[in-house]
Amino acid sequence: MTTLTEAQAVAPNSTARKLSYVKAFNEGLAQAMREDENVFVAGEDVAGYGGVFRMFDNLLDEFGPRRMIDTPISEAALVGLGVGAAARGLRPVVDLMFMDFIGVCLDQIVNQAAKMKYMFGGSVSVPLTITTASGAGLGAAAQHSQSLEAWLAHVPGLKVVMPSDAYTAKGLTVSAIRDDNPVVVMLNKVLLGSSCEVPEEIYGIPLGQAHTARHGSDVTVIALGRMVGEALAAADELAAEGVEIEVIDPRTVQPLDTETMFTSVRRTNRVLVVHEAVTFGGLGAEIAAQIQDAAFDYLDAPVLRIGAPFSPVPFSPVLEKAYVPDRDRIAQGCRRLLERS
Amino acid sequence: MAQRASTASEESAQVSKDLSAQVIKDLHERMVRIRLFETEAGKLMEAGKLPGFLHLYVGQEAVAAGVMAALRDDDQITSTHRGHGHAVAKGVGLREMYAELYGRVTGACLGRGGSMHINDVTRGMLGANGIVGAGVPIAVGAAFAARYKGEDSVAVTFFGDGATNIGAFHEGANMAAILDLPVVFVCENNGYAEFTPQSKHMLLTDVADRAAAYGMPSVIVDGMDAVAVHRAAVEAVERARSGGGPMMIEAKTYRFFDHQGVKGLRHPYRSDDEVAEWKARDPIDLIETRAVADGTATRAELDDTWQRTRDEIAEAIAYAEASPLPDTADLLLNVYSG
Ligand SMILES: Cc1ncc(C[n+]2csc(CCOP(=O)(O)OP(=O)(O)O)c2C)c(N)n1
Repeated sequence: MTTLTEAQAVAPNSTARKLSYVKAFNEGLAQAMREDENVFVAGEDVAGYGGVFRMFDNLLDEFGPRRMIDTPISEAALVGLGVGAAARGLRPVVDLMFMDFIGVCLDQIVNQAAKMKYMFGGSVSVPLTITTASGAGLGAAAQHSQSLEAWLAHVPGLKVVMPSDAYTAKGLTVSAIRDDNPVVVMLNKVLLGSSCEVPEEIYGIPLGQAHTARHGSDVTVIALGRMVGEALAAADELAAEGVEIEVIDPRTVQPLDTETMFTSVRRTNRVLVVHEAVTFGGLGAEIAAQIQDAAFDYLDAPVLRIGAPFSPVPFSPVLEKAYVPDRDRIAQGCRRLLERS
Repeated sequence: MAQRASTASEESAQVSKDLSAQVIKDLHERMVRIRLFETEAGKLMEAGKLPGFLHLYVGQEAVAAGVMAALRDDDQITSTHRGHGHAVAKGVGLREMYAELYGRVTGACLGRGGSMHINDVTRGMLGANGIVGAGVPIAVGAAFAARYKGEDSVAVTFFGDGATNIGAFHEGANMAAILDLPVVFVCENNGYAEFTPQSKHMLLTDVADRAAAYGMPSVIVDGMDAVAVHRAAVEAVERARSGGGPMMIEAKTYRFFDHQGVKGLRHPYRSDDEVAEWKARDPIDLIETRAVADGTATRAELDDTWQRTRDEIAEAIAYAEASPLPDTADLLLNVYSG
C-alpha cells in the first residue's frame, strides 16, 4: 500500500515488516527514548502495567522507573508536570489514556502549555508530547469515545496529529517527541490492533505535511484518523463503479497542510471531508471554508462534510454504528457530489 | 480543627445485638442482589453478550448496602465507574439495569449510557460516572439544592482511593465543608487505582486523613462488614441531615474481580494470596455466619433470599434480552431539553 512507498521514501535502506498500530507506537516511543535521554513518560498505569491499551509494554524494563513514571489519577498535575519539566529542557511524554479526560486538565493544555512560549517572549519552549486514545466504536459510551481534535486545533500554540495507521503512528509519534512544541498525539482506539508495513529503524513524519493515500481524478476525500481507512475502502467500492477517488490524509490537523488539498481539488473539482467528530464546528468546517476561499472557481459542487450528528456518542452498538461515519456514508457522499455536477 | 470520630471497626465484632433483625436482613438482601446482579453480568460479558466495559463491584457489597440502608428514597447519591452496586442498593430496577448493559431502549439510560452511566433520578441515583472523581462536586451541588429548597435530604458521594488524588475531590470536599452542606463522603478504599496499589499513588495509609485538610470529621470502617458500615453511615447521615455538615467515611474493602471485566489476575499487580485473604472475608459470608450464629436469621431464610433474587435476576435478564434495540431515527433524542 501507499504506506510502504512512503516508508521507502523516508528510509531507503529500511527493512519493513508488518506491525500493529499499538506496537508501532511503542517502537517509535522506545526509539525516541533511546535517541534522547531527556525523553521520559508519565501517566496512569503506564509503567508497571504497560498502559491500559498496552501502548507502553516493556518500556519499564528497558528504561526503568526514572524514565517511566506511574502517576496518581491527577491529570491536571500530570500535564502540569509535563509543562514544567519541558520548560526546564526535558522532553516529557504524558499519557491521558482516554482523550475525554482532557476535560480535567484543559487549563494546563490550553492556557499553560500552548501559551508559555508566546507569553514568555519566546524565552522558553515546551517540547511536550501528550498521547491519548480517541474515537468511538468500542461501546465505550459518551465519556470514553470522543474525538476532540477541533477543540485543540483551535488553540494557537498546540499541534495535533491523528495517525491513521501503524506507519503514521510510529512516524508522527517520533516527530511529536522531537518537536519543540506541545503536540497532542491522538491514537485511535479502533485502530490499535490494525497493522501495516512499518520500517524497523526510527523515522519521523514531518508535522504539517499531508499524504495522498490514494490517487484519483473524480473526487477528493479528505479524511482524518480512522476515516482514512474507511475512505480507502469506499474508494475501492467506487472504483468498481468506474469512479476514481483521491484520498488525502492530513496526518497533522494543526498545522494543517492545505496546499496538498488545494492542488488535489483543482484537479478533481469535488471535495468531501470526513471525520469522526461531530460535524458542527468540526475541522470539516475549517477545511471546507479554506477550500472555498482558495479554490472556489474550481469547484463543481459545494464542499460536502460528513461527521457525527450533534449528539454525545451513544452506547448501544446499533446507535453507535449509525453515529460514526463509515465507508458506506463516504461512498454515498461521493456519489452525491458526482450527481450534483 | 478536624477530629476523627471513633473507629467503627472496633465495634463491628459485636454484631446485630442492637440492630433489628429487619435491618440485618435488609443489609443481607441488598448484598445478595448486588452479588447476583454482578456475577450474572460478568457471565453475560464473558459470553460476549454485552458491549463496552464492565467494572465489577463484587467484594465491596457491604459498603453500598450499609450506606444505602441508612438513606431515604429522596436522599441523593453520586457514583463511580464501578457503580452497579450503588444503583442496585439504592433500588434502581434490575430490569432497567440489565437492559442498559445490553444497550436496549428499555434500559436505565434508554441504551445511550451503558454500564458506566446508570442512573435513576426517581430513586435519587444521580448517575455512575466515567470520569474519576467527577461525582464528588455533583453530590455537593445536590446537597446544596436540598438546603436551598428547605428539604432535609442528604447527598452521598462514593469514590475510590484513587479518585482522592484528583482535583474535583479536593475542591468538592472543601466546598462542602465551607458551605457546611449535608454531604457524606464515602471512600471505598479497595487498595488499588486500576492496577496501581495505594502505596504507589499516595503516601497516606488512611484516605480518611484527607478529610482533616478540610475541617471534616472522618471515620474508618471495615468495608467487608455491612453492619460496621451501616452504623457509621447512620451516624454520618443523621449528622448531615440535622445540620451537622459533611463527614467522610473510609471503608477498607476489596474488589474480587479485575479492574475491568472478569478475567481476574491476568497481570501480576496483586498476589493470589492477597486475593484469597480478602475472599476469606467475603462480606456476605460474614453477615450470614453472624446472623445464623446469633439467631437473627435462619439458614432457610437466607437461602430463600438467594433463591428469590436468583429468580428476579433471571427474569430481569430475560426482559432485557427480549427488549427492543433503540431506533436509530431517535439518535438525537435528549441531547437538549425542551
Ligand atoms: C479523570 C479520569 N482519569 C482516569 C480514568 C481512568 N480510570 C478509570 S477507573 C480508574 C481507577 C480508579 O481508581 P479508584 O478511584 O480507586 O476506584 P476503583 O477502580 O478502585 O473502584 C482510572 C484511572 C478516568 N475514568 N477518569
